[in-house]
Amino acid sequence: MDEAIAARSPNGPTAPFDPTARYRLDPDVALRPEPFGALAYHYGSRRLTFLRSALLAEVVRDLESHDSVDAALTASVPEAERPAYRRALASLADSRFIRAC
Amino acid sequence: MPASSTAPRLPAPRLTDQLKAGLDAPICLTWEITYGCNLACIHCLSSSGRRDPRELNTAEAKAVVDELRDLQVFYVNIGGGEPTIRPDFYDLVDYSVSRGVGVKFSTNGSTITADRAKRLAGSDYVDVQISIDGADAVTNDAVRGAGSYATARRAMDHLAEAGFGPFKISVVVTRDNAGQLDAFEALANGYGAQLRLTRLRPSGRGADSWARLHPTQQQQVALYHWLIERPGVLTGDSFFHLSALGEALPGLNLCGAGRVVCLIDPIGDVYACPFVLHPEFRAGSVRDAGGFARVWRQSDLFLELRRPASAGACASCGSYDACQGGCMAAKFFTGLPLDGPDPECVKGHGEALLGRVAAGAAPSPGPGHSVPVRLRTRPGPVGASK
Repeated sequence: MDEAIAARSPNGPTAPFDPTARYRLDPDVALRPEPFGALAYHYGSRRLTFLRSALLAEVVRDLESHDSVDAALTASVPEAERPAYRRALASLADSRFIRAC
Repeated sequence: MPASSTAPRLPAPRLTDQLKAGLDAPICLTWEITYGCNLACIHCLSSSGRRDPRELNTAEAKAVVDELRDLQVFYVNIGGGEPTIRPDFYDLVDYSVSRGVGVKFSTNGSTITADRAKRLAGSDYVDVQISIDGADAVTNDAVRGAGSYATARRAMDHLAEAGFGPFKISVVVTRDNAGQLDAFEALANGYGAQLRLTRLRPSGRGADSWARLHPTQQQQVALYHWLIERPGVLTGDSFFHLSALGEALPGLNLCGAGRVVCLIDPIGDVYACPFVLHPEFRAGSVRDAGGFARVWRQSDLFLELRRPASAGACASCGSYDACQGGCMAAKFFTGLPLDGPDPECVKGHGEALLGRVAAGAAPSPGPGHSVPVRLRTRPGPVGASK
């Protein structure tokens, strides 16, 4: 197998995650649908991450079409699950798979 | 693979179980593009030496890249043989990158001149991995051949001078270099490079050198603790059998053969992983109707490997969840049953079984493409070597 992570660390600190802001998939990231959700690969950092739900993959793909992360969650994620999705997106922002527009 | 997993906390099967059932395309694909090599390392997984007249030509190789792009394989690990001796090597690298398939290639460094290093430094999405198997010339050259340490170091110098960035230094851990881990780390740090350690397999010419070269149990324990303290050291997830010693090592702790990884060999044959170049693990060929995608998705072998496997003789061991029974290739080429312990099982279960494998009973990797000239081996007792 291989090591996609840690191959190149992102440069510098990331901005704090702000769910009231508009985010989008980083232009260097490709998503590949898989039975469990999707694989996301960052061509810049060479990092790979598993998006482990089809809905999460969909939310990530469509982030840009919503005015904010919270709006994106409200549009498609059941209320009870939104905090978990918000945390998942915060982690993706931290590793630069998604970024503020 | 030390990849992260992003899951909202929802009831979902374990990622390991999902991966065992296979993916729509490999996460990581190794592509050996030539059997030709100017070295004759005594542990070469593919018994490389001579080029094979049946090797994929440039057009066929580009068609493979097109297929990988269609399958959204994000990057490919190119090796050999020494891949850079193919005259069309950089043409294929450029083609692959231009199609969105990133390239990481492994080389012994002999063609990485100052000029080539500068050109590589200017390319995105190309990672370079230089192999050495000793932290000094004596240790390295005993495995890789006279002068190979100096050649590799020269290539590293060129890459560093060219400002390539963090290239990788790739080391197969052996009995002879297991005591040099700190020295390898210092070497990598000195270059701003990344250290990558991988496991010695009894595959290819390694079948003949494994018994003498594989790390001792004591060395394995030391290696495990060394790696636990250094999550930044890359391993290709090859030491997951060591996870039975305690906390799991970072990465995917499972055998990915035919499930998340596979190998395309120089003539286009597809094998379950880079360590099982043997007819029993050949799933098909990219030259068959339907190409690589059909082999990946429909070959009998790969479908079989994705079925839930029995823990066999390991079922009663409390560590099976951690080590998953270890490496299929290591078991196969040492003559152990595939549903039992790894020959290097840290609980010693494999060692006990190895003693009972009759001489000559282990499957032979065959002569491969070895050049008739064999390297001098290390002076000293031959040990358990066949």
